[in-house]
Amino acid sequence: MILHELIFDYTLRNVALGSAMLGIVSGFLGTIVVLKKQSLLGDAMSHAALPGIALAFIIFGTKNMSVLLFGAGITAFIATGLIYLTTKNSKIKFDSSLAIWLSTFFGLGLVLLTIIQRYPNAQQAGLDKFLFGQAAALTQSDVTTMFILGAVSISIVILFWKEIKILIFDPGFGTSLGLKLRIMETVVIALIIIAILIGLQTVGVVLMSSMLIAPAVAARQWTDRFSTMVMLSALFGIAAGISGSVFSSKIAKMPTGPAIIVSISFIVLFSILFSHKYGLITQYFIERRSNRNIKLNRILEGLLNLSVNHDDPYHPHSINVLKFMGYSPGAIRSGLEILNKQGLVEHRGEEEWALTKEGYTEIENNFKRLIP
Amino acid sequence: MQFEILIIAMFVSASCAVLGSFLILRTMAMMSDAISHSVLLGIVIAFFIVSSLSSPLLIVGAGLSGLLTVVMVDLVNKKKFIKKDASIGLVFPLLFSIAIIIISKYAGNIHLDIDSVLLGELAFAPFNRIILDGIDIGPKSLYVMVTLFILNSFFITFFYKELKITTFDKSLSSTLGFRPNFLNLFLMGMVSITCVAAFDVVGSILVIAYMIIPPATAYLLTEKLSYMIVLSVFVGMLSSIAGFILANLINANIAGSISVVCGLFFLITLFLSPGNGIIFNYRDRIRKKWLFSESLLLVHLSNHEGQPDYDDESRIDHLNQHMLWDLKFGEKVVGIALNNGYLLISGQNLVLTDKGRQYVEEIKESTI
Amino acid sequence: MENKYTLEITDLTVAYDNKPVLWDIDLNIPEGVLMAIVGPNGAGKTTLIKAIQGLVPTAAGRVLVFDKKYSENRGLVGYVPQRGSVDWDFPTSVVDVVKMGTYGTLGWFRRPGKKEENMALEALEKVDMLDFKDRQISKLSGGQQQRVFLARALVQNAEIYLMDEPFQGVDATTEKAIITILKDLRSQGKTLVVVHHDLQTVMEYFDSVALLNIRLIASGKVENVFTASNLHATYGGRVKFLDQEISQNAV
Repeated sequence: MILHELIFDYTLRNVALGSAMLGIVSGFLGTIVVLKKQSLLGDAMSHAALPGIALAFIIFGTKNMSVLLFGAGITAFIATGLIYLTTKNSKIKFDSSLAIWLSTFFGLGLVLLTIIQRYPNAQQAGLDKFLFGQAAALTQSDVTTMFILGAVSISIVILFWKEIKILIFDPGFGTSLGLKLRIMETVVIALIIIAILIGLQTVGVVLMSSMLIAPAVAARQWTDRFSTMVMLSALFGIAAGISGSVFSSKIAKMPTGPAIIVSISFIVLFSILFSHKYGLITQYFIERRSNRNIKLNRILEGLLNLSVNHDDPYHPHSINVLKFMGYSPGAIRSGLEILNKQGLVEHRGEEEWALTKEGYTEIENNFKRLIP
Repeated sequence: MQFEILIIAMFVSASCAVLGSFLILRTMAMMSDAISHSVLLGIVIAFFIVSSLSSPLLIVGAGLSGLLTVVMVDLVNKKKFIKKDASIGLVFPLLFSIAIIIISKYAGNIHLDIDSVLLGELAFAPFNRIILDGIDIGPKSLYVMVTLFILNSFFITFFYKELKITTFDKSLSSTLGFRPNFLNLFLMGMVSITCVAAFDVVGSILVIAYMIIPPATAYLLTEKLSYMIVLSVFVGMLSSIAGFILANLINANIAGSISVVCGLFFLITLFLSPGNGIIFNYRDRIRKKWLFSESLLLVHLSNHEGQPDYDDESRIDHLNQHMLWDLKFGEKVVGIALNNGYLLISGQNLVLTDKGRQYVEEIKESTI
Repeated sequence: MENKYTLEITDLTVAYDNKPVLWDIDLNIPEGVLMAIVGPNGAGKTTLIKAIQGLVPTAAGRVLVFDKKYSENRGLVGYVPQRGSVDWDFPTSVVDVVKMGTYGTLGWFRRPGKKEENMALEALEKVDMLDFKDRQISKLSGGQQQRVFLARALVQNAEIYLMDEPFQGVDATTEKAIITILKDLRSQGKTLVVVHHDLQTVMEYFDSVALLNIRLIASGKVENVFTASNLHATYGGRVKFLDQEISQNAV
């Protein structure tokens, strides 16, 4: 049903496609930005895009998407320039610089919007959709524009793959090899701006930063390879984009932008908890199992140690004697039950347990494993 | 009434500047961005509990959501591979999105236009249909902001020593018995409360601007923390006045105008300030450059004096090889050194005078 | 007599804000030496390594590598930066980092292929890290990270190697392994310039030394140059506590 609608419902299709496009590009660029520890640069750039949109409208008098986005790109670029200028020429740090220019440019944007508001033919209501995005209003041509921008961005990233990698990881070494990393830095900035232009229409200025950060953060939890991280991040972006769009169309009064953000946040949360490599919950269970194995081994060895007094490794002992190991009787009993099932110990008499031949071999093997 | 707005704005700027100075120094500037967005969630939830806009519970709710933001950011940051900046960018959009979803679904047929949330005064515009009276921007907000200013000032005065030391040396402060984490939470709590109280009047963007830009401007102008704080209050108030006038001139939104003015003042300071400014710095740099190049030449000569290659190293026309200076520049430097009596010309070569040698010794002393 | 200099540094000066960080450095380094650069904090040691490679802007001076400008012969210079200069949480494997050493020769658009992979594996073998080739770099110890950096430089197949504190924070085994590799490279005729932080081991590891404190205090064969008086001149008054050990080790 949903699939049918995704394909044939004009609105839903566009929204989903646009969001998916956003997802891919955010995934690609987001990985770069997050690994470079410039996550919030996207936040600042997207806020700085607002005055550009307003100016484009004022100067060119049109609400043609490409024109508006062009303006957005210009001011975002200028703001980025100011951000770097500030940090390079004063003691102001990067995060403060971001906050300064984010709020200045955004304030300028709001001023321009309120001025536009006073014009009779304003229909300025169309401009403020950039604040929270209005994915629901995406047209086919919007999506086409996004697709072109997205394709270009991704191609550039793939083309300059190794340069970008080394730019992030070890720019000093890269420069010493003769790679032109200053150029790469500018290219990356341009690509981030393109990503933001795509995002402006879908999730809006305020929420765009999350789209650049969340998919990459989620992806990192699942992989230790850069290329996999990029692809996984793009995949998560698409998933969030489409699911957000679907939720928003199915649930009454659910705005699209926030729905997408909630989707990707959920993916992040899931990744943090359940990733097979680094998930918190996964690690908890692994540790529990490892602790349990340790306990079982200690019980086995305990039995062996006790039997030394009897010259018979299979001499039985009661649980009370085993208590000295520091586990509660209950824990020991449950451990013995498990070992019993595994055939490593056996029940002898009322409350007595002893090693089996298999149990003895197991202990031997354990020791062998310790010595390489 | 207009005038009242200005006074209120000035007190908002003062309240923000006082805390913002520390945010900058602790590289927590973007937390102001985060908190000013996420307080919306606290307000929304508090509103749904008490169904009233004038309840103090709203401020409490906002303060709590600010704290929630800080706690969540710290928590996420602890996770392997998630750095501080990414943590911030994960948490606040989520909280903000949830707030918007709740508003959209349950707060009636709300059209969130630009006059809401971000521009303030009308921060409660989403709830417009449910209020009985309009918001009284008059005396009540003024009292609130003055109180806030007093509270914030009291806070930083009382904890001045602790704030200072936990800002500059967190680990040292721990060993000395201060509690940096507690103080940090306290500070962020004050930031949250300030955000929501100011939010009501001036909107979240201006809050960020007020908290970060005047303190940054002050930071460029002074080396002392106490001066910086006082100066930031002053700059903030000045920006409020100028922004207010601008807004009235071009008939634009007040909050936006003030933000822009804050930015302009910062930019001017960036270029012009004596110590750090780009322009004054430029002139100073030019002056220092000649001084430095002169000393470079003299030290160079002194190093090669008495060596077999001296003849070549001291030739005037070889300067461009050794020093990478072009002819004109080199001539000028030599001229300066000659003027100062540090050098003599002997045929094709330069020779140090005794005065010059002594100068070189002084230079060497001063660099170790 | 052949007295070929692989690295000729002349009048090299670096300044930040018109304050000199490196001043008028003249240093000629012959082929096949294992030279230590020592000096107190802030002496400009790392700056020297970076300035040679054009990684920081210079106020004066020039650098010749085998008689040509550095920019023309940069392929002959291998670089091992400080370990702390990168974020080891970057998602990549050991062999991948080593392959980065080949990026310079690949040029734009080309990817590392089989040839580069083999070069990387060879280098990893030399530093005894072949077993770790697929390990995520965040899971490495300090010594292991250092070996990876060394392998990355080895892959460059350079004639001159510039290293910044390769023994800093590294376990004893790794330290021995590294110095063995360095000595081996020297016997192959390579030139090694190493910023070194531990005065104790200078005489044992190196045959040449340059004493630096913004200006070059002295340079040359270790037995001639590593003297108490030169060390005093380099470290200022701060060498008092070293007196005992220095007089044991130095001439």
